[in-house]
Order: sequence, then C-alpha cells, then structure tokens
Amino acid sequence: MATHAADAHHDDHDHKPQGFWDRWVFTTNHKDIGTLYLVFAFIMFCIGGAMSGVIRAELAQPGLQFVQPYFFNQMTTVHALVMIFGGVMPAFVGLANWMVPLMIGAPDMALPRMNNWSFWIMPFAFTVLLLTLFLPGGAPAGGWTLYPPLSLQGGSSVAFAIFAIHMMGISSIMGAINIIATILNMRAPGMDLLRMPLFVWTWLITAFLLIAVMPVLAGAVTMLLTDKFFGTSFFNAAGGGDPVMFQHIFWFFGHPEVYIMILPAFGIVSEIIPTFSRKPLFGYQAMVYATASIAFLSFIVWAHHMFTVGMPLGGELFFMYATMMIAVPTGVKVFNWVSTMWKGSMTFETPMLWAIAFVILFTIGGFSGLMLAMVPADFQYHDTYFVVAHFHYVLVTGALFSIIAAVYFWWPKWTGKMYSEKWGKFHFWWSTFFVNVLFFPQHFLGLAGMPRRIPDYNVAFADWNLVSSIGAFGMLASPIIMFAVLWHSKKHGAPATTQVWEGAHGLEWTVPSPAPHHTFTEPPVIRASMLAHGDVTH
Amino acid sequence: MALMVMAMKSLRNTRKSLHKMGRAVAAASLTLSAGMAMAAGTLPDRWQLNMHPGVTETARNAYHIHMLMLWICVVIGIIVFGAMAYAMFKFRKSKGAVAAQFSHNTVAELIWTIIPIVILIVCAWPATKILVHTADTSNPELTIKVTGYQWKWRYEYVDYQGKATGINFMSKLDGDSDRTRQLKSGLDPHAVKVGEEQTYLLNVDKPLVLPTNAKVRFVITADDVIHAWWVPALGWKVDAIPGIINDAWTLIEQPGTYRGQCAELCGQDHGFMPIVVEAKPKAEFEQWLAGQQAANAAQNAPAAAQAPVAAPQG
Repeated sequence: MATHAADAHHDDHDHKPQGFWDRWVFTTNHKDIGTLYLVFAFIMFCIGGAMSGVIRAELAQPGLQFVQPYFFNQMTTVHALVMIFGGVMPAFVGLANWMVPLMIGAPDMALPRMNNWSFWIMPFAFTVLLLTLFLPGGAPAGGWTLYPPLSLQGGSSVAFAIFAIHMMGISSIMGAINIIATILNMRAPGMDLLRMPLFVWTWLITAFLLIAVMPVLAGAVTMLLTDKFFGTSFFNAAGGGDPVMFQHIFWFFGHPEVYIMILPAFGIVSEIIPTFSRKPLFGYQAMVYATASIAFLSFIVWAHHMFTVGMPLGGELFFMYATMMIAVPTGVKVFNWVSTMWKGSMTFETPMLWAIAFVILFTIGGFSGLMLAMVPADFQYHDTYFVVAHFHYVLVTGALFSIIAAVYFWWPKWTGKMYSEKWGKFHFWWSTFFVNVLFFPQHFLGLAGMPRRIPDYNVAFADWNLVSSIGAFGMLASPIIMFAVLWHSKKHGAPATTQVWEGAHGLEWTVPSPAPHHTFTEPPVIRASMLAHGDVTH
Repeated sequence: MALMVMAMKSLRNTRKSLHKMGRAVAAASLTLSAGMAMAAGTLPDRWQLNMHPGVTETARNAYHIHMLMLWICVVIGIIVFGAMAYAMFKFRKSKGAVAAQFSHNTVAELIWTIIPIVILIVCAWPATKILVHTADTSNPELTIKVTGYQWKWRYEYVDYQGKATGINFMSKLDGDSDRTRQLKSGLDPHAVKVGEEQTYLLNVDKPLVLPTNAKVRFVITADDVIHAWWVPALGWKVDAIPGIINDAWTLIEQPGTYRGQCAELCGQDHGFMPIVVEAKPKAEFEQWLAGQQAANAAQNAPAAAQAPVAAPQG
C-alpha cells in the first residue's frame, strides 16, 4: 500500500494525461513512446521466437514431421524480418527514446510529434507483414534478403511485404532524424560532444547509418516491386537486368544495418561495465573513434556477403582486406571493456552478468566473423550453418543480450521498483546456458557441410540438430521468465533509490526513480563526476 | 609481443602443425562416430565437429586457412577471456577490491591496435596467394557446364581434351530419399542407404562422373532462380545465376563418391537437390564417357542400332 501511495504522489507532480487514449495513442512524451517501442519489441520478439520454435521443431529430427518445406521457408523469412525490423531495431529506438534525453539533460526529444508518428507506423507495418501469412500463397518465402528472381516468385505477399518494409523504413528514418536533432540541439550546457555518455554517441552514429542506408533498401525493394508488377527488368537477366545487382544494393544497405543493430549494444555495455566495476570507462575517446571507424568501414565491406557470386579476383581481395580491418576497432572495444574491469571493484548484479556475457559471446561471434572474412575458407562456410551460428551469436548474444542488460539496468529508473536479483540471475543463467546449447553446435553443423535454410537433412546431421533444438526450446522460456521477473517487480518490487546502483554515474541517475513524466524542464548543471567515463580532459 | 611471435610461429608451422591438428580433430570426430569410419570423406560424420580437409588442393587450402584462423582466434580468446576471468575473480568488491581510477593508457592502446593489424597481415598473405591460385581456371582437360533448375542439375560435358563430347544429362534426388522426405511419410530416413552409407537426401539418380588427376573447369549458370553448386570435399561453392556464367575448377586427387547440396535458397525444394560427384581414374572415366556416347548414338540413330557408330575416343 505504501508503494501505491508513493505512485500517487508522483502522479500528482507528473501531469500525465489520464485517459488511455490520451496517454498512449496521442502521446508525445519520450518516456511513454520509449515504453511503447519496448513493449512492441517484446511482442515481436515473442512472435519471432515462436516462428523459430516451428523451425527448430521441424529440424529436431531428419524427415519432415510438422510442416511443408514451403511453409518452413516462410517461417525462416518472416522470423528474420520480425526479429530484425520488429525486435532488435525498435528495442534500441525505445531505449534511445527513454534514455537519450535523460542522459543529455534534455526535456524531451527534439521532434515529439514526429516521434509519435515514428512509433505508430510500426504496429501497422507489422500487421501488414504478418497478415501475409494468411494470404493465398502465404508469406514471403525467399529469405529475408529477398534475392530475386526467387523473391519475385511469391504471390501478392511480395507487394504487402515491400509495403511493410517501406513503412518500417519511414519509421526508422524519422526516428533517426529525431535522435540526431535531439543530440545535436538539446544537450544541456556543459554536455560537450566528447562528454556525452557512450550510449548517446553510439546512437548518434547509428542514426546517421540509418539515414544513409534505409533509402537504399527502399530503392532496392521498389525495384523489386516494379520488376514484379510493372514489367521492368532491373534484376531480370532476360530483360537485360542483373540479379547480382540486387545483392550489391541490398548489402550496401545490409552491412551498415548489421552495425545499426550492434553499435547501440556497444553503447549499453559501455554504460553498464563501468557502473558495476566502479571505475571510469577505459579509453572513452578511443571508444568513440572506434565506433566511428566501424561505421565508416561498414560502407565498404558489403560484398563479403556475396563472395560466391563470382566476383573478379580484385573485388574479392578488396572486400576481404576491408572486412578484416573491422577486427581492429572492434578489438579495441573489447580490450577497453576488459581494461575497464581491470583493477575495478566489481559486483555482479543482473545487468552486469548480461553485459559480461555480451562481451564474451559477442567476441565469439566476432571470431567467426573474422574467419568468414577469409575468402578461401568462406567458399566452404558460405550459406552453411556456420554462418547461421555466426550471426546468431552477434545478434542474439550480442544485440539481444545487450537489450536485456539495458532493461534490467534502467528498469528501476523507469518504474521506481527493484526487480528480484535472484530471479534476474536465474533468467540470466537459464538463457546463457540454453542459448549456447542452441547456437554453438550450429558451428559444427556448418563445418560438417549442412547448408542453411533447409527443412530436412542427412541423418549424419541429426545429433547436433537435436541438441540445437533442445537449446531452442529452453530459450523459448526466456521471455516468459523475463516477463515474470518484471511483472513481479512492478507489483511487489522494493522501491528504487535515485542513484539505484552504487557505481552509477550520469544524468539519468540524478532524477528520481521512477523518472517523473517530465524531466530537465530546467537544464541541469553538469559536473565531470556525474559522468560514467569520468573527466575526459586528462 | 608474445601474441605476435605466436602468430608468426603458428604461420611458419601452419602446414605441419595444422596437418597434425587436423588429423587429431578428424580422429576425435571419428572416435565419436561409432561405426562410421567407412564414411569419412564422402558423407558427413555423425557428431562431426570440424571441416574435413577434402580431396583437392583447393579444399586443403580452405581447411588450412580455416585452421589457421581458428587457432589464432583460440589464442586471442584465451588471452582476452583469461584476463576477464582473472579480473572477475581478483577485482571483486566482495574481496575488498578498491577501484583504481585510471581511464586510459596510451601505450597499451597502441599495442593492442598495432598487434591485431600485424596478425591480420599475417593472415591475409596466405589467403591472397591461395585466392590468386584458385581464380585461375585456364588450361582445363575437361569442361563441364552446370545449370541449376528448380530443383535439379543439368551437366553438359562441353569438351574433353579439346573434343566436344555431346554428353548432357539431368541429375536429381534419388527415388528412395524422395519418397522418404514427403511430409509424414512414415519412412525412416536412416533406412535410405547405398551399400553401408546412409545417403538420405545426399544421393541422386545419375551422378556427375569426373576423372581424377585432371583439371576440370566448371561453367555454372541457372535457368530460373539462383542456386549454388557445392561439394564440400572439392573445397568451394559457386552461385549458379540466371543470365550469368561463373567459372571454377577442380582437380580431384582420389577416386571416390563425393556428395554435396545446393547452397543457395532456391524455393520449396532447395533442401532436396543434392549433388553427387563420382571421381574415377582417367582410364575408367574415358571408358564411361565412351559408353555414354555409344548409348547416345544408339538413341539418336535407332535404325543403325545393329552397327553402332564408333564413339570418338578421347
């Protein structure tokens, strides 16, 4: 009852809109829109996860037990689109909405009405995409990369999927414009660019990547649309077009897209590790420059996704060298995180556990990425389960783990309630165990010769596939556990303090928990000691 | 510094030590795969952990680069994760650790920027040499045109030792696998066998027959959507793209049956268009070729069946 009273007390000061419609549908408040994005992403993670459940159920044994191959292809295609565009990206945008204004001392996002529109496009985009599952001919089944001519063999779902992708693109571009405008214009006095928290930096760079590449994707899918429905031949060899050109354009979008999904993760981990090491982030400026280098390199490595399309030797060498170079700034980041922990005074609350697992498991994904960069070996790895293992290490134990870490880290600030450490840690250990059972054996399958995107396989692949499926079913419980932990916290959690974590630095930890509906209506005064990376001037 | 020395040393000993390492890993996976010793090299092993070195120079090169990168990653992993583990046990608040407040160290940062660059150059060198070698498709003895269809392959023996052969056939999933792979067929995939080998989804009605110890050039294209032609034992895959002709080559060193699959999503039966290569010693291959040509001739000229036209001998 006491906590309820406290809530009411906060509400009085908050001037929140009272009705559901006013509060959530017409909202222009960065915190509410952040919450909407995060709830949306959680739902999408569950839907995409259910699809991976279908995939792993079919792959648990050789032979076809549950679904036709064509439906299997729909599952792999829509699983990827939902997880990438509906799960990971909106989750990061939600975190940016919540945290960027709080971290730079701004009262809200620079363009609050556009912020509302950016979010509310998303549910419609995904309704359109998911409804294709019920069209005659089903959902897109040509893979999330939409390579023609295969992707054009689909029925009307092609048009729906492309429309959905256009809507997501508009949402992402508006979100990115908003984040850039906010960061460049609304920092509190004294919050110089090189004093901004790393999460803000990584999102600033990510937002530029989004603006640069989402229109490229829009162009590529529009050409698909006209090829399919209006008789053009951009990618149709019989009409003088080139199917490989689509792949070049797609991956010119696609590789920066990969970093769009990992740079904010770098930012999150760079906030969490110093907090629980009680020590300033090591090499703050190096981290900023490394992030910028990775973003730049992301534009000149795209064809490493297509080493087997028959590029000229010079092209293969260029893209191999450029790709290998990414290991350098990425290595700098990993070394800096380890150095931040070095001689710290560490505790291992739930967010720290997820962040440490991120560093280890993302690095494993980076290792396999470096191996994939080597063209002679890639001729064997390409389009096998080795690649599947690689990008799931980067995207699940990388991007998704960082999102979960961020939720546990900032949850007390959002809700004013602590979660149960015991059950948070249980969630962590459960997920970390099963995610490795799920994805590590896929390296072995790929090296043994199992191609990706197949619904059935030779019996020699059966054993590791069963292990992987067991891991997948364990992982399916992860969002349920997380929901239970957070629900319990919301109902029964102990009240959080303003600073929440002993080692926390940064403006977001100077406002009360839960953060009031409106914060920093007066710009705060920034002192170096408030920042997670300490005073960067020396 | 120690890391760099290790990397250099590992490169110098690449061939030797990786061979040994490869054998050890292969042996380990064989031990795991009870009773599958016969299958090594032709089918994947049960519980297989690592790439096989294959039966061509290209495949061995891929394997060497793979092992070189793997060991470099293992060494770096041990150092980085070791340092993390040490930090996590040593610098715990519960053990009374007091946090230092340093926030950078220029020397350390320079070292861990420069050393990775050196390691990468060390890796790029052999990879470049191999790639240049792999790209050279000149002077083949035999040229095969491969065309991908939904969901089968066409093989045309364009020319052998400079002479057109006229051999041209389709190759698709074998009947046993095809019956078994139907949804809820009730048939056991383990029961699909050729001799002792469990060939479910990795067998075809008519394999591609190639000579050993001869450079074979492939020209690869597709008729409908993009496919990819891949036999792991040969060491490469190349996309088969409508409207584009790609090329690649192989030189198979040991006779045997080598199995692979389409490796680019090509529609509903993408998982059901395997590739089988039967490599025969040259003499046997020429015999086979002559037999095919004779059969062709007989088919084309049924009237002259009693006195078949002599097939041109290669």
